[in-house]
Amino acid sequence: MPETPWPQRFQVAIVDYGIGNLFSVKHACEQAGIHASITHSCSEILQASAVILPGVGAFGDAMEILGKLDLVSVLRDIAASGKPLVGICLGMQLLMTESHEFGWHRGLGIIEGEVVRLEEAVHGDRVLKVPHVGWNRIATGNATAVQADSCVGWKGSLLEGLSEGEYMYFVHSFYPKPVDANVVLSITRHGPVDFCSSLREGNIFGCQFHPERSGSQGLRVYQNLAFLIQKTQEGDRNVRTAGGKV
Amino acid sequence: MNVRVIPRLDIKGPNLVKGIHLEGLRVLGKPERFARLYYEEGADELLYMDVVASLYQRNSLLEIVTRTSREIFIPLTVGGGLRTLDDIHAVLRAGADKVSLNTAAILRPELVREASRRFGSSTIVVSIEAIRKPDGRYEAYTDNGRERTGVDPFNWAIRVTELGAGEIIVTSIDREGTGNGFDLELTRKIAESVPIPVIACGGAGKVADVYEVVTQGKGDAVCLASMLHYNFVKHYDNADDFSEEGNVEYLRTRRGFSKIQDATLPEIKEYLLRHGIAVRLVEEAINA
Repeated sequence: MPETPWPQRFQVAIVDYGIGNLFSVKHACEQAGIHASITHSCSEILQASAVILPGVGAFGDAMEILGKLDLVSVLRDIAASGKPLVGICLGMQLLMTESHEFGWHRGLGIIEGEVVRLEEAVHGDRVLKVPHVGWNRIATGNATAVQADSCVGWKGSLLEGLSEGEYMYFVHSFYPKPVDANVVLSITRHGPVDFCSSLREGNIFGCQFHPERSGSQGLRVYQNLAFLIQKTQEGDRNVRTAGGKV
Repeated sequence: MNVRVIPRLDIKGPNLVKGIHLEGLRVLGKPERFARLYYEEGADELLYMDVVASLYQRNSLLEIVTRTSREIFIPLTVGGGLRTLDDIHAVLRAGADKVSLNTAAILRPELVREASRRFGSSTIVVSIEAIRKPDGRYEAYTDNGRERTGVDPFNWAIRVTELGAGEIIVTSIDREGTGNGFDLELTRKIAESVPIPVIACGGAGKVADVYEVVTQGKGDAVCLASMLHYNFVKHYDNADDFSEEGNVEYLRTRRGFSKIQDATLPEIKEYLLRHGIAVRLVEEAINA
């Protein structure tokens, strides 16, 4: 059988549930060679090799829309399928069990933990306002990693190749608090708080910052995603051919 | 938290323009070229303002937004003439991350509530353009400083925050384009009265002005235009093919504006850093 050329482009579903700008996510995917479609079709999302759940706006509204579009169980299925599932900003918060944004709301429950409010803080003579808008550093919180050129703790994750203390772009007023500290991939400082700015549990990845708007370093997250999809597909193919030869 | 430095690009048709008091527009070049350099030099965001904002030119703005968004991976805010939720949606669809509202918000404040509900607060920036009156009071203006409104900018800032705005851009029209420095009182009074970030705009003529508006003006971010654009024009040969609309006299003569001491983004950020202001520096600033 002739060798089929390895696909240069990968199908990613960007979940469109009506709020936020999905187009910068799409443009960043394209830049990383990922073919992405913006969709709320359940079948299209289930067929994709990876799923990105973006979003800005209110947690309660977002869950309501996801429910109306029948996407709650679809996203849980994706999480259970082993395919990469990436939550960005509000999308990361939606992965959690519950949120305290304007009342109490149930989340997707894919990562155990709650979403809580970031408090205004004072740093020197400056007020750190909420929403937290702008560029801030991500860190492993691991002092030994600081020496490394690119951070060892992020190897094999979507942050692979990024340096400890890399700047990313944030816009948010709430942040997730996972129950299991081991899922925390990076932390970011806001006044007295070191909040969880990205997390990972198996095939699930979430980031509070916007990698698609964090310059060339942010684009690495998308390049890593392209690589991860390729690896996942290779794994699938090996399983299918039952020989497992690479 | 780092202070954001945001180049502001005023757009008229296909061109980047710059005026004084938002008037007397000079053509400086193609906006995408400036945007590209600013991105590479470490701009924290970009602001595009359609200064003519007429409907028949909207397609040209959307094309510029799409081209920019495809190759520049920092937040892009777009404003000028956005009246309805559909207008906002069209600009976001083209690739903008946030929109800036002024005239339409003053005419119908509920637009701010509806837009922040539909697109998320962090997507909605309200632009307040104010003039300081001889008696020391301030008044908000619309339509690029042409129409007075009778609205008090300080009350308006609090109101738009309640309506769901995610950020406020404060522009002093009387300082805009002059190089006389920001209106520190205007910026500080608004920045101290609202919980959301305030972006100072209008008047920067030298790097020390930027430092002042952060320390004394309490700005969470600064918008810069002339200082950066004049530097760009001075250092880069402009091979662009300009359409002859607008005043191209400035480009022909390359005559700077004496009040403005131009500077590059790294120069401005290094100055701020030396004076104890946290900013994000891009280490591998690529040479264009």
